[in-house]
Amino acid sequence: MNEEQTTDYEVADPQTLDGNAAAGMLFEIFGAEMTLSSARCAHCGNRAPMGTLRVYCVGGPGMVMRCSVCAEMVMRVMRRPDGSFLVDTRGAAYVRF
Amino acid sequence: MASIGWQVATVSALRDETERARTISLLLPSWTSHRPGQHVDIRLTAEDGYQAQRSYSIASAPADEPLIDLTVERVREGEVSPFLHDELVVGDRFEVRGPIGGYFVWDAAAADPLLLIAGGSGVVPLMAIVRHRAQVGTGVPCTLLYSSREAADIIYADELERLGARADGLRVIHTLTRRQPPAWSGYARRIDMKMLGEVLEGTGRMVNVFVCGPTALVELTADALVGLGLPASQVRTERFGPSGG
Repeated sequence: MNEEQTTDYEVADPQTLDGNAAAGMLFEIFGAEMTLSSARCAHCGNRAPMGTLRVYCVGGPGMVMRCSVCAEMVMRVMRRPDGSFLVDTRGAAYVRF
Repeated sequence: MASIGWQVATVSALRDETERARTISLLLPSWTSHRPGQHVDIRLTAEDGYQAQRSYSIASAPADEPLIDLTVERVREGEVSPFLHDELVVGDRFEVRGPIGGYFVWDAAAADPLLLIAGGSGVVPLMAIVRHRAQVGTGVPCTLLYSSREAADIIYADELERLGARADGLRVIHTLTRRQPPAWSGYARRIDMKMLGEVLEGTGRMVNVFVCGPTALVELTADALVGLGLPASQVRTERFGPSGG
């Protein structure tokens, strides 16, 4: 985002989106709408809907989802050339869905 | 949401809302009714097979289907939004999947008053809520606090004025952060805790809050609302960002 082009608010981290933006990819992976589903951060224990996670690089070949409290990685997704996914869930104590 | 398959949508109308925001009406062959606040993913494929994918909020109300409106802000040096602004013509087709999202969604059966807070094109998913609320005729009070740089940047300005004049419980409050017209009576600064406190005096504290805008606005607003005593569970946020533009 070019902030000159958009709004008047300082953009601290212009690449950050939230889990809402990842809803399509999460649906592909889990076969369900996931933004209301809880994920528990394995690092700090925060439990929150996946829609509230910080998301980076959604729409690209890889995506990182970070805890909104401690900023540690909760989930990492790679889309492989054959269309399958590699999902690294080490940062999630659990996902409820 | 029964399926998440891609389908080919046809551009049925284009409308410039402001210098940088354009509404694209899409006709969809098969659509599951959306809920206000949801978005779609779009996928553009170039002749050489290169694909670009973006998420855009739905601006229209469910009752307008089978058409859905997306309002897209042009991101300078972006990859997709300049194409959607400069190249797209009525009759063009591209792939869409959705509706998507369950978190940033308003349920019209909810009785709590609404407080919608928008920065720039963050107003788009909130407009779907405003339009749906007007169409279903619910008496739920609704306040929209909308931050723009200047008057010419206000998306849906005429429609918001018209809907606000219906005296059905919708209140529209603008703040213009950079330049204000002569005799401007609205706010003239960025959203801050004092402003939010004043707005909350009008809405009460049992409000269902939806905040959408750039990350800085969303975080500042959400933190301030919690600082003012609102439970975090009453505040839903959506950051819009480039995802490459």
